[in-house]
Amino acid sequence: MRVCIVGCGAVGSLFAAHLATLDEVEVWAYDVVAEHVAAINFGGLRLTGRAEIVAAVNARTDPGEIPPCQFGIVATKAMFTAEAITATAGVFVDGAVCSVQNGVGNEELIAEHVPRVIRGTTFPAGRVVAPGVVQMDTAGDTWIGPFEERAASAAEIERLADVLTRGGMPTVALADARGAQWTKLIFNAASNPLGALTGLTHGRLCELPATRALISALVSEGVAVADSLGITLDSDPDALIDHAAEVAYDHRASMLQDALAHRRTEIDALNGGIVRFGAQTGVPTPLNEAIVALIAGMEHAWSSQPAAASSEDGGGG
Amino acid sequence: MAISRVCVIGAGTIGSLLAGHLAGVCDVSVLTRRPEHAAMLREHGLRISGKHERAAEVFATHEAEELPAFDVGIIACKALELERTASQLAGHGQRAAMMTVQNGLGAEAVVARHGPWPIISAVTFMSGIRHSDVHVEYELDTATWMGPWAQTATPYALVEELAALMISAGLEAEAMEDLLPAQWSKLIFNSAINTVAALTELPHVGAFAQERGFGDLGWLVHGLIDEGVAVAAAAGVALHDDPWEMNVLAVARGETAHSDYAHRPSMLEDVLARRPTEVEFITGALVREAARVGVKVPLSTAMYRLIRAREASWQASPAQAVA
Repeated sequence: MRVCIVGCGAVGSLFAAHLATLDEVEVWAYDVVAEHVAAINFGGLRLTGRAEIVAAVNARTDPGEIPPCQFGIVATKAMFTAEAITATAGVFVDGAVCSVQNGVGNEELIAEHVPRVIRGTTFPAGRVVAPGVVQMDTAGDTWIGPFEERAASAAEIERLADVLTRGGMPTVALADARGAQWTKLIFNAASNPLGALTGLTHGRLCELPATRALISALVSEGVAVADSLGITLDSDPDALIDHAAEVAYDHRASMLQDALAHRRTEIDALNGGIVRFGAQTGVPTPLNEAIVALIAGMEHAWSSQPAAASSEDGGGG
Repeated sequence: MAISRVCVIGAGTIGSLLAGHLAGVCDVSVLTRRPEHAAMLREHGLRISGKHERAAEVFATHEAEELPAFDVGIIACKALELERTASQLAGHGQRAAMMTVQNGLGAEAVVARHGPWPIISAVTFMSGIRHSDVHVEYELDTATWMGPWAQTATPYALVEELAALMISAGLEAEAMEDLLPAQWSKLIFNSAINTVAALTELPHVGAFAQERGFGDLGWLVHGLIDEGVAVAAAAGVALHDDPWEMNVLAVARGETAHSDYAHRPSMLEDVLARRPTEVEFITGALVREAARVGVKVPLSTAMYRLIRAREASWQASPAQAVA
């Protein structure tokens, strides 16, 4: 089996390295960061932390050098989905492509370029610590299922789940993966931007009554949109927020890290996604709209100021 | 009563601009918070640059007991300092009137708790940049609006006289028989502009009035202003100016004056300096008033909560403090 990872940053590398541990899988990777690609080709892709792997991965900055693949896994930051899948569409002329990205709306963009699409949600996380080296900080499950408008077959989805699980990335194949995706979406959209706007860790956002109430109000809007789409959530996002406050009190949301480094955020795929889907089904989302505007304003402010020392994570495909 | 002696209480940016101008037309004394500030003012006088050039001699002290008699006191400290400042004035300014120029709502009532002075309400739109204890640049030469506070027997003629004195000193001022409509216009404008600026760290740029595309700030600013307008209507206040028009005008003034200029609202300055903000007196006051009159203000509530959380981020977390 041949698989191409599109966007071999932190999350993409976790998938690439684990899959490459299986003899039966030939792993290719597309990424725009030339140094990272060269390091992978020279010494292999190395994971540290929660996994210790050095994997043989064929990395390319030129998608024309990548042979046709049966499966794709898109792991770019959400704002780069369109350009990454446009560039690599030729690799997947008869392939099934799975998004494991944050937010919603990625599958729709991917479906404009490839025949079959898989909806995915993943929890493992890490960071690029040097070209070719990714630290795995968090292990966790991945859920995949058909993207309804351009669905991959159940057999394909199970096959992908099987190789990922055997490679060390536990993955569950589902008939409907929207519940998992929207549960994570609502969790992230209610907490991540508040971290960026206030500078508070997840635990402190939850212990201040003012921000805890705001989180709940944002969750309610997201849940109302999910309901209007006929999506059954996996679990109550509000309860997940409280659970995270206990197990990850000091966690600084990725969007807060983006804000500190003046990096573009994934706000459009998170709160922006809730707003867009809400508009389609006629569910008002004024607070999520406000959050989108505030984060867009922050990004606008950075564009007129010199960036702080930036540690670009190489995830941009 | 002829106003010939004015005491400016609080020599921050606004207080310094008032003192520096008024010293040209009447006797001015200044009450500072810090003793070294008073010493600097006594030694070097007060310099105004920018829109106007002034070099003023003022009597300055940090002790209310040392203040000479005055006809009008202008309390120009930050809203956060008002309680402490007003308590210091108790027993002073026997036959004087007091004018408050703080942002937000409620300053008059705080002052009234500390003395029997007739009170003049005011809102000011002028702004400046404080270069040192003795030098302030006059940035925006916009007006100060003032009117008798309804809860004290303040003669309107006195307000008119003070406005005329300020105008003779080169400032922009306007007396109004009922200031509430103007005070609310400014409150609603201030609440929207200050909170958006403080959270995005953007000065008051054109984006605040743009509502074309997804994520433009104008939608949010407009939504916040609409909530404030609804609260004012429910409270029975007919606004003096449309706060959205104030926003559009302020942005246009910045952009046409010169292209790279945009005013930094004070809450943005406070956030950048990690100082406590005046959000409690501005958006907090609006949210409380909304609850009183039964109007829902979800966006203003969200902004209020976010600013309070931002302030909290400057303090060590309880967990970190223990660790």
